[in-house]
Amino acid sequence: MSSLIRSTAAELAAKIAGREVSAVEVAQAHLDRIAEVDGAVNAFLHVDTEGALAAAKKVDDDLAAGQAPASPLAGVPLALKDVFATEGVPTTCGSKILEGWVPPYDATVTRRLREAGVVILGKTNMDEFAMGSSTENSAYGPTRNPWDLDRIPGGSGGGSSASLAAFQAPLAIGTDTGGSIRQPGAVTGTVGVKPTYGGVSRYGLVAFSSSLDQGGPCARTVLDAALLHEVIGGHDPLDSTSINAPVPPVVAAAREGANGDLTGVKVGVVTQFSGDGYQAGVLRSFEAAVAQLKQLGAEIVEVSCPSFDYALPAYYLIAPSEASSNLARFDAMRYGLRVGDDSTRSAEEVMSLTREAGFGPEVKRRIMIGTYALSSGYYDAYYGSAQKVRTLITRDFEKAFASVDVLVSPTTPTTAFRIGERANDPIAMYKADLCTIPANLAGTPAMSVPSGLSDEDGLPVGLQIMAPALQEHRMYRVAAAYEAARGTVYQDVPELAVAR
Amino acid sequence: MPSISRDEVAHLARLARLAVTDDELDLFAGQLDVILQSVATVGDIATADIPPTSHAVPLTNVFREDVVRPSLGQQQALAGAPAAEDGRFRVPRILGEEA
Repeated sequence: MSSLIRSTAAELAAKIAGREVSAVEVAQAHLDRIAEVDGAVNAFLHVDTEGALAAAKKVDDDLAAGQAPASPLAGVPLALKDVFATEGVPTTCGSKILEGWVPPYDATVTRRLREAGVVILGKTNMDEFAMGSSTENSAYGPTRNPWDLDRIPGGSGGGSSASLAAFQAPLAIGTDTGGSIRQPGAVTGTVGVKPTYGGVSRYGLVAFSSSLDQGGPCARTVLDAALLHEVIGGHDPLDSTSINAPVPPVVAAAREGANGDLTGVKVGVVTQFSGDGYQAGVLRSFEAAVAQLKQLGAEIVEVSCPSFDYALPAYYLIAPSEASSNLARFDAMRYGLRVGDDSTRSAEEVMSLTREAGFGPEVKRRIMIGTYALSSGYYDAYYGSAQKVRTLITRDFEKAFASVDVLVSPTTPTTAFRIGERANDPIAMYKADLCTIPANLAGTPAMSVPSGLSDEDGLPVGLQIMAPALQEHRMYRVAAAYEAARGTVYQDVPELAVAR
Repeated sequence: MPSISRDEVAHLARLARLAVTDDELDLFAGQLDVILQSVATVGDIATADIPPTSHAVPLTNVFREDVVRPSLGQQQALAGAPAAEDGRFRVPRILGEEA
C-alpha cells in the first residue's frame, strides 16, 4: 500500500506545501486506491477523477508560481457526503428521486473546500436523505465496513467514514442530524465531529431536519478533523441560522491537547448512557477510556441527565415532522425524477406516483410519521410534547455544564452490527442513535474519537465527548489528549481482501 | 388496540402524496403503530408548565445586506427539469376535466 494513502492530512499538506510531493500524485494515489477497493466497500456514489486532478493541478501550479498555500489543507484529498450540492457533479442524497441530478450551484461547504485548495475526490454513499444508521437505506446499495465487509459502516454517513478507514481519503465531510457523523466514526475507528448547530453553513445541504442538521468534519486523527473544521466553519450570510461568531480555536486546542495533560479539566460521565442494550465490550472500552482521562489529570464526576432517556422518542417525532415538510419539495415538477406523466394524469397523480417510485421505505415511513405528528388533533400529544422534551434536554445540558467542562459517554451502544440484522426492525435501528441525539436536540457540539477495539469482537468503539455551544475547543483538547495517550486504531484495520 | 389503523395510514399516504401499494399499507400500518407507541412516551414528562423549544439557536429577524448578486439564469434553472417548454417548466395538468 502506498505510504501516501496512509498519511494524515496534516502530513500530506506539509509535504505538498514543501513540494516534496505534488498534489496531483497525492490525488492519483487516492484515486487508484478507490479504483482498487471501492468495488468491495461501495463508499462512493460518484468519483470525480477529472475534477479532482484539475483541482490538484491548480494547487501545484499555484505553489510553483510562488504563491502561499490557499489553506493548511491545500492539496489534500477529501470525500464529500452526497448530501452537499456540487456544481457540475451529480448529487443524489442516496435517493432514486435525485438520480442524475446535477446541481447548478455549490453548497457553501463545497465552495469553502474548493477555495481552500482541498481536492474533492467524489461523493460518498449515505442512507437516503440521511435517514438511517447503517447506510443500508441507500438506493444504491449498502456501504461495507472496512473492518469487516459483512458489517455496516454506520449511518447515515457510512460512505464518508468507510472511505477514511479504507484509506480512500484522509478527510471526509458528513452531516449529523441525530448522530450521522459520530456513529459512523465510532464503528469505523475514525474521528467524527458534530459542530455547534449553526457553526457550519447549511446552504446547499439537502435538508432533512432543518433545526437539527449540521455538517462537520470526519478524519482519522483529531488534528486532521480540527484542520478541516476551521476550513468549513464560520458565518455564512446565505444561511439565516448560521452563527455570526468566530470558529472556536479547535486547531490550537488539538495541538495543546496532544501534550497529554488534562490537569484541571472536569469530565462528567452521563449515568443514563449505560445498562440494558449496551454491549459489554463497549462499556468496558468506555470505562477504560474514563480511567485514561483520569490518569491524564482530569477530574471525573458522575452527572445525571434524566431527560436524556426521552431524547430518542423526541427525536423520532421532531426529525420526521421536519422531514415531512422538507421533502415536500420533491414534487416531480422542477427537478429530479418524474414518473407516470402520460399526458392524461394530473400533476397530483404524477407527484404521488413519482414519490412512491423515488423514495425508499424508511423515507416513506418518516414522511408518514411526521405527517401524523403534525396533524391537528395529534399535534399536542406528539410534536408539541417532543418540543417540550427538547427544552428539558437543553436544561439538563445547562445544569451539567455548570459543574463540568465536558461530558462523556459511549458514542453508540454496540459495535458495527451485521448488514441486514436490523433492516426489518426500525426501532432496533433507531437505538444506534441513543447517545448521540441529545446534542442534536440541544444544538451543542459533540464528537466521537476511537477508544480502541471491543475485547469481544475486535471491532472499533467510539468515545463521545460533548461540550457547551461554541466550546468545541474543550472537546478537541480532551480528544487530542486521549488520542495521544491511547493511540489511534485506524492503522490496525485489516488489509482489504479485494481482487486487483 | 393499535394507535393507528390501516385506513389512517392510507389517509396519511394520500396527504403526503405517496401512491403506496396494498402490500406497503400492510407493512407500514404495523410498523407505524410500533413506532408511534414507542415515541408517545414523550407525553410522560411533557407537562403543561414546560415551554416548547422549536430551535436550538433562538434567532429572530436575521437580515443581510440588500445587494444585487448573481443568480441562476433561465437555462441553468431549467437544466434539471423533467420537462421544459419555451423556457418554462412543463407540468402535467393541474385542473380536473370538469373544472
